[in-house]
Amino acid sequence: MSTTLRLLEHIDEPGLAGMEVYERLGGYEALRTALFEMEPDEILEALESSGLRGRGGAGFSMGKKASFIPKGTMDKYLCCNADESEPGTFNNRLLMQKDPHRLIEGIIIAAIAAGVNKAFIYIRGEYKLQADVLDRAVAEAYEKGYLGEGILDSEFGLSLVVHRGAGAYICGEESALLDSLEGKRGNPRLKPPFPANRGLYQGPTLINNVETLCNVPYVIGMGVEEFKKVGTEKSAGTKLVSVSGNVQRPGNYEVALGTPIREIVYGLAGGPAEGRTVKCFFPGGSSAPVLSAEEGLDLPYDFESMAQAGSMLGSGAIIVIDDEQPLVPLALRLAHFYRHESCGKCSPCREGTNWTVKMLERMDQGEATPMDVEIMAQVQSNIIGNCLCVLGDSMAMPIGSMLEKFRDEFELHIEEARARNDASDLELGAGELASVATAGPS
Amino acid sequence: MAAERPRPDYPVSGADPLAPARPRAVPGWDDPVDLDKDPAVVPQLAETDVPEDLQLEIEHHMSLYPDRHSAVIPALWAAQTRYGYLPTEALLQVAAVMRVTPGYLSSIASFYDMFNEEPVGRNSVYVCTSVACHVTRAPEVFRAIRAAADEEGLEDTEIREFECLGACDMAPMASVNGRYVGPLDASDAHEIVSAIREGRTPLPGRGLEDADFELPWLAGDGNGKTSAPAGTPEAEAGHDSASRHPAGTPEAEAGHDS
Repeated sequence: MSTTLRLLEHIDEPGLAGMEVYERLGGYEALRTALFEMEPDEILEALESSGLRGRGGAGFSMGKKASFIPKGTMDKYLCCNADESEPGTFNNRLLMQKDPHRLIEGIIIAAIAAGVNKAFIYIRGEYKLQADVLDRAVAEAYEKGYLGEGILDSEFGLSLVVHRGAGAYICGEESALLDSLEGKRGNPRLKPPFPANRGLYQGPTLINNVETLCNVPYVIGMGVEEFKKVGTEKSAGTKLVSVSGNVQRPGNYEVALGTPIREIVYGLAGGPAEGRTVKCFFPGGSSAPVLSAEEGLDLPYDFESMAQAGSMLGSGAIIVIDDEQPLVPLALRLAHFYRHESCGKCSPCREGTNWTVKMLERMDQGEATPMDVEIMAQVQSNIIGNCLCVLGDSMAMPIGSMLEKFRDEFELHIEEARARNDASDLELGAGELASVATAGPS
Repeated sequence: MAAERPRPDYPVSGADPLAPARPRAVPGWDDPVDLDKDPAVVPQLAETDVPEDLQLEIEHHMSLYPDRHSAVIPALWAAQTRYGYLPTEALLQVAAVMRVTPGYLSSIASFYDMFNEEPVGRNSVYVCTSVACHVTRAPEVFRAIRAAADEEGLEDTEIREFECLGACDMAPMASVNGRYVGPLDASDAHEIVSAIREGRTPLPGRGLEDADFELPWLAGDGNGKTSAPAGTPEAEAGHDSASRHPAGTPEAEAGHDS
C-alpha cells in the first residue's frame, strides 16, 4: 500500500501556519494556476474527474456538487463546514491549527470554480485556538492580496469571514449550519430545495468540509492524473483517519483510501493495549453502525467497502472498542449525547432519543426485561429515515447495529443487573426482618 | 418551589450564593405568562446604556455579513466575554445595537450550549466524556475534578461534562477556559483546580497550544516510533513515523530526541 503523504507532508514544519513558510513550500501556486491558466469550467472539470469525494460524511463527488451551483450573477456563497463535532473526529482540528493557508487556498479555488464571491468558515465554538489561527491566516491572506477585491490583480474577488459557533452538534448538518449562520437557531431545513439552489440567504450555496477543501489545491497543483494515482478507482486520494478509543497510539493518520483497516488500527495506531482484543469499532465517527472485529478488520477502508458492510466511512474517524468495555454504558453515553443534541424539531428524533436513553437506563439499573431489547430495536428502526436530518439516524444506526450484533451481551447485562437488584432486595428484606425482630416486645 | 428543583449533576459553585441552582428547563419556562402585557419591543439604542466598545464590536460583526442577523452569535459572544454570562441587561444591550427583540436573542442563547443566561461562573472546565473519552476512563477524571473542586472550595467555575471536543487523540481531555489539556489522569484534578484558583495556566506543556506539546506515545526517543508492534509489516511502521514526523524535517526529529 502506498505511503504517499499529502495533507500531512509538511504538517510538523515549524511556522507552517504563517504565510512565509506556506509560500516557501509552494503554497498559493495552485491558486495562481487556477486563476491565470484555467477557466472556471476547467477547474470544475478537473475536480469532477479527479474523483475527489466529500470528506465530511456523505462522500458525494466534490466537483459534481460544485457544478450544481447555477451560473449567473446572483449572490452565491461558499460555506466551509468546520463544525467538526462528530464524536471521534479530530482531523479538521489538526488541519486548521497547523495548515490554515491550505484551507484558505482551497476555498479560493473552489470559489473561482463555482463563481462565488462571499465565503464563510463556520467553525465550532470550542475550537478557540483554531479559530484564532484562522483569523490570523485570513488577515495575512487579505494583506497579501489573496483575498479581497481583485485577487492578485485579476478580476476575481472573494471575501472570507471566520464565523464561530457556540456549541451545537446539529450545526454540522449543512442546512442547520446555514440557519445558524443566518442568525437563527440551528434547525435543519426541509430538503429540497437543496443548498446548491437555495442555501444561505436563499442564494445558491456550496458547502464543503475542511478536509475536502484542503484537497483542492492538490488536485489543481499536481493535476488530475497525479492525484488519482493514490486511492482506489472510486475513492481517489488520501484520507486523514482519526483513530481513537482503546488503541495505544490514537491520532490522525493519512492513508490512501483502500488501506485495510487492520493496518490502520494495528499497524498505525498500535492496536488495543496488551492482552486485549478489538470487540468492535465505529468506522466513521460515532454515527456509523459498529462493525465487529471479525466482519470489519480485514475490509479495505474506502467509501464503497464500508457501505457494502452496512456501515459508512462518514467523517473518517475510527473509534476502537476493546473487549473490556461493556456495551450498555457505551450505548447509554451515545444516546445521552444525541438526546442532548437533538434540536427537537422532528418527533421521531426528539422522542426516540429520549426513550432510548430511558430504556438503556432501565437496562443498566436492572429494571428492564429481555422484551425491552426488542422494543428498543423497534424504536431505532422507527427513527431511521423519518426526520428532516440524520441526527436521529446517527443514534439509531449505531445503537441498532449494537443490538443486532451484540444482542447476547445486552440480554446478559439486563439479567445481571436484575440479579444484582434481587440480591440487594433480599438483603434489604432480611435486614428489615431482623430489625423487626430486635425491636419486638422485650 | 424553585428551591426544590433537583440540582443539576454538575456543580455550580458559588458565583452568586443567592442564585438558584441552574434549572434544567429554559429560564422562564415554568413561569406563567402575562397575556395582557405587550410583547417586548426592540429597545431604543438612545435609551439603552451600551458600553461604547461593546457597541463598536457588535457593529463591526454586523458589517461583515450581508444580513445583520448573522452577527447574533458573534455579538452574544462579545457580551458573554464581557459579563461572564448573558443577563437580561446584556441581552437588552445587544438587542438595541442589533435592532432585534431581546426575546429573539434569548431564543438563540438558550439553543447553544456555550451561552449561559444564568451566572455559572467565569471559569469553565469542560470535561469531554463522549464515546472515545468514555472508553478511556474520562468519567473518572470528571468525578475527580469535581471532587477536587468541592474539596478546595473552588468558586466561580462551571465544571461540566461536555460533548466531544474534537481531541480524542489526547483522551481523556478537558477544555479549561478554552485551553485543551490532556491526556488527563484523575491525579491531575488538584493541579487543574489550584491553577484556576490561582489564575495560572493549568498543566503547562500539556496544552494543545503549547509549543512543546507532544502526545506521550510519540514523545521521547525515536525508537518507540519506529519499532513495529508485533505482527505488523515493517512498511506500515515506517508509514506511522512518516505520518507524524515527515521526512524532510530531520532537525525537528533531532530536536525531539534530546
